[in-house]
Amino acid sequence: MAEAIAKSGAELKQKLSRDDVLMRGLIAVVGLYLLVTLVLPLYAMLSKSFKDHDGNFIGLANYIEYFSTPALSASIVNSLFIASITTFITLTLAFGLAYGLMRSNMPFKAFFKIVAMVPILVPSLLPGIALVYLFGRQGFMNWALFGHDIYGPIGIVIAEVFFTLPHALIILTTAFSISDARLYEAAQVLNASKFKIFWTVTLPGARYGVISAAFVVFTLAITDFGAPKVIGGDFNVLATDIYKQVIGQQNFEMGAVVSVVLLIPAALAFFVDRIVQKKQVALLTSRAVAYEPKPNKLFDHCMLAYAILFSVFILGMIAVCQYAALVKFYPYNLSLSLKNYNFDLMDGGGWAAYWNSLKMAGLTAVIGTCIIFVGAYVVEKVRGFTQGRMLFQFLAMLPMAVPGLVLGLAYIFFFNSPANPLNTLYHTMAILVISTITHFYTVSHLTATTALKQMDSEFEDVSASLKQPVFKMFRQVTVPVSMPAILDISIYLFVNAMTTVSAVVFLYGPDTNLASVAVLNMDDAGDIAPAAAMGMMIFYTAAGVKLLHYFSTLGLYKSTQRWRSKS
Amino acid sequence: MSINKASHYLVIENLTKRFGEFVALQDINLNINESEFVCFLGPSGCGKTTLLRAIAGLDLQSSGNIFQAGKDISVLPPSGRDFGIVFQSYALFPNLTVAKNVSYGLENAKIPKDQINKRVNELLEMVGLPEKANAYPANLSGGQQQRIALARALATSPSLLLLDEPLSALDAKVRVFLRHEIKQLQRKLGVTTIMVTHDQEEALTMADRIVVMKQGVIEQIGSPNEIYQQPKSVFVADFIGTMNFFEAQVMADNQIKIGELQFEHDSNIDTVVGERVTAAVRPEEFVISQQVESSEHKIEATIREIEFLGSLVRLRLSSKQMQAKSFIMNIEERMFRANALDEGDTISLSVITSPRLYPHD
Ligand SMILES: Nc1ncnc2c1ncn2[C@@H]1O[C@H](COP(=O)(O)OP(=O)(O)O)[C@@H](O)[C@H]1O
Ligand SMILES: [Mg+2]
Repeated sequence: MAEAIAKSGAELKQKLSRDDVLMRGLIAVVGLYLLVTLVLPLYAMLSKSFKDHDGNFIGLANYIEYFSTPALSASIVNSLFIASITTFITLTLAFGLAYGLMRSNMPFKAFFKIVAMVPILVPSLLPGIALVYLFGRQGFMNWALFGHDIYGPIGIVIAEVFFTLPHALIILTTAFSISDARLYEAAQVLNASKFKIFWTVTLPGARYGVISAAFVVFTLAITDFGAPKVIGGDFNVLATDIYKQVIGQQNFEMGAVVSVVLLIPAALAFFVDRIVQKKQVALLTSRAVAYEPKPNKLFDHCMLAYAILFSVFILGMIAVCQYAALVKFYPYNLSLSLKNYNFDLMDGGGWAAYWNSLKMAGLTAVIGTCIIFVGAYVVEKVRGFTQGRMLFQFLAMLPMAVPGLVLGLAYIFFFNSPANPLNTLYHTMAILVISTITHFYTVSHLTATTALKQMDSEFEDVSASLKQPVFKMFRQVTVPVSMPAILDISIYLFVNAMTTVSAVVFLYGPDTNLASVAVLNMDDAGDIAPAAAMGMMIFYTAAGVKLLHYFSTLGLYKSTQRWRSKS
Repeated sequence: MSINKASHYLVIENLTKRFGEFVALQDINLNINESEFVCFLGPSGCGKTTLLRAIAGLDLQSSGNIFQAGKDISVLPPSGRDFGIVFQSYALFPNLTVAKNVSYGLENAKIPKDQINKRVNELLEMVGLPEKANAYPANLSGGQQQRIALARALATSPSLLLLDEPLSALDAKVRVFLRHEIKQLQRKLGVTTIMVTHDQEEALTMADRIVVMKQGVIEQIGSPNEIYQQPKSVFVADFIGTMNFFEAQVMADNQIKIGELQFEHDSNIDTVVGERVTAAVRPEEFVISQQVESSEHKIEATIREIEFLGSLVRLRLSSKQMQAKSFIMNIEERMFRANALDEGDTISLSVITSPRLYPHD
């Protein structure tokens, strides 16, 4: 019987409506975008790593050279070391705060949550600069290191911890919020001690969150370039090696080799994380009851003290940068002035770099949100086309696995090739926007997909039955209903475009200097105070935009309250 | 097997739907007449929605053909077919007003605005909610939302209306009320309607014809009365209404024995003398035997449990003679009182119709 069915021939194929053709076409267009801005550059980079200076294929020779040069391959161990230590420390610290926020009755939770998100608003160069002021050779807390040097692993790890904390905290608080309150009640009824509850209920319940956070932090730390660049000293890691090979020695082939080496752990961590995330989603959908912590004076006070320490660390770093930016000439003249904001007097692009950044971030937010949201919509709602969808989903997930520096270098190989008709893009604002959109594609795509999945899948069915074009549906219903998510995506893109250094550092041109790159270059040139000042400009801009986002979302909910809530 | 496609409004031929290895619908053949109200009835997961979505073109069948009004629509996209659809979830657009929801399918360059407004008012009038034009879906009750969904589906005057469990999410009272409303509206408009439901009462009260489904195949097609009176299988007999099943043995061409008692039967199946069969009797087909004089086969039964259902009383009985530990009969409350029955009483019964027979499994 089953054979008879199998033999009865091919499955029927549905005739395509105009909407079907349109949606498939759009999937192809956005897919093509990802192909050209991601896959082809990566391919160009990969093939470059097998070639010599003159473009002749030389097999694994570059790799052999890399691994037989201890000065180079030692960075692998260094990178793994930094990333592992950072992961351990960040997870411990973030777990403590997440635990306090979700499981205690400490006051000012909202404040602590906001403070914990601050590091997202600055380039990862900034904590490095703060550390120079605190613990550098003339730093005012220099004594605290007992003669150790902040330039090197200690400085990198502290800066990476600062930089990765918010990411870990977001994942862990989510993990805590979905663990089931009923388990706690059961444990309390059984008179289990707090300690025992922690080990038998809390930790297992949050395990996927912990694993996921570990992978995210590890990936961020191993691929980050800002912190080791500023505070790394002679301690080489993979990310700085790529930069040195390319910018310092113009050895593009070796840069490609290091990029491939860096791509491996990042991609590996990414794929394991995807698997873990899927399991956590399954947990989310099972109907858990939210846990309401009971007051416990001692415990709540301890958690409060911890949260205060935590906030002091984060705000302290920012405050130090602000102080550095305002002091006339540290440590000799401590009077305050705005002279460090005269960016036009320094190398690095001046104020023009800041305005370029604003423009770049604005364009990235607007164009990126359109491409990503439309892409997510068509791939989520298209009828049939299973293989095309799967391919697209894969392409959309890929950017997350590619470190920014690797992407930037891949762009040099691909877009700067004389054979590529797109090479006029090199050094332009367009390529900065494109690289940034692609770099941050995955998280935005997932945000859009989540929002779209929450909408009734039958809307499109109804619309088709009423013979209305799908883009009427999209315009009149999908976009207005998804507006909060759309705002989230555009803000995410804007803030990241403001703070990112890694991909764009290889791509900016004389007329397209960026603020974040200016921080890097001024720091490189020894103008640390102006670098701090520019870093703070980025911070104020990102924070201002976040605030704007907060109020516009609030306003949005207010103005759409009539249909969002029952009256 | 040739079907005169012109004589039926909707013809489904050898339709099969697979999800990977899993066969959700197997070789479905079904004809639906113009203006008919048909219910797809069956337990959850039997493939009702899948069949409805295949008819709409929302999920294409793996093989098989569908003809609507003589036209082969088998592989047309939903937008190329003529139907309106209402889902259990209502699927009303939350950010559009009721009027905007209803006019959604009418907005089109060719229709003037005042004509659209007129039609919207007419439709809202028709579903009894003219005052809700400017409300948002979130401000309506479930029943009101479902009526708006119905108005929206009917706005473009489709000649086929598809309803997927439209009443399942509603309170019992609203459900009964809307059953009636939908049925009347359907009669008035004469629109051919297919409704999916797992609620047999809903199907019995609303449908002209019921298609009973089980695990991807059609078990029986018939009017509510046929389905209730002559269920073709134990599955249908059990699924529709309440049915008592007894083990029986065939004694002669028209004689069976249940326990120690002999009954006549209409041999609705081919039987072999000596074969074991299942006999089925509805609760209302038992009567207390004084009612029927000179009844040949009286059943001695003991009352185990009494349940008041209002005008009816449901008795749970056991009978040594029939070797039945538990079966159910319904009697009118009036009769119940007249006989002054109580738990533990032994009564004598007879059966007013001959039992239906099914192959023993
Ligand atoms: N998209 C799908 N993929 C795989 N299996 C499906 C899909 N849709 C439905 N099924 C399966 O097909 C069977 C019939 O489903 P459905 O038609 O929804 O049942 P119902 O009679 O309750 O409406 C179920 O077993 C269901 O799990
Ligand atoms: Mg269903």
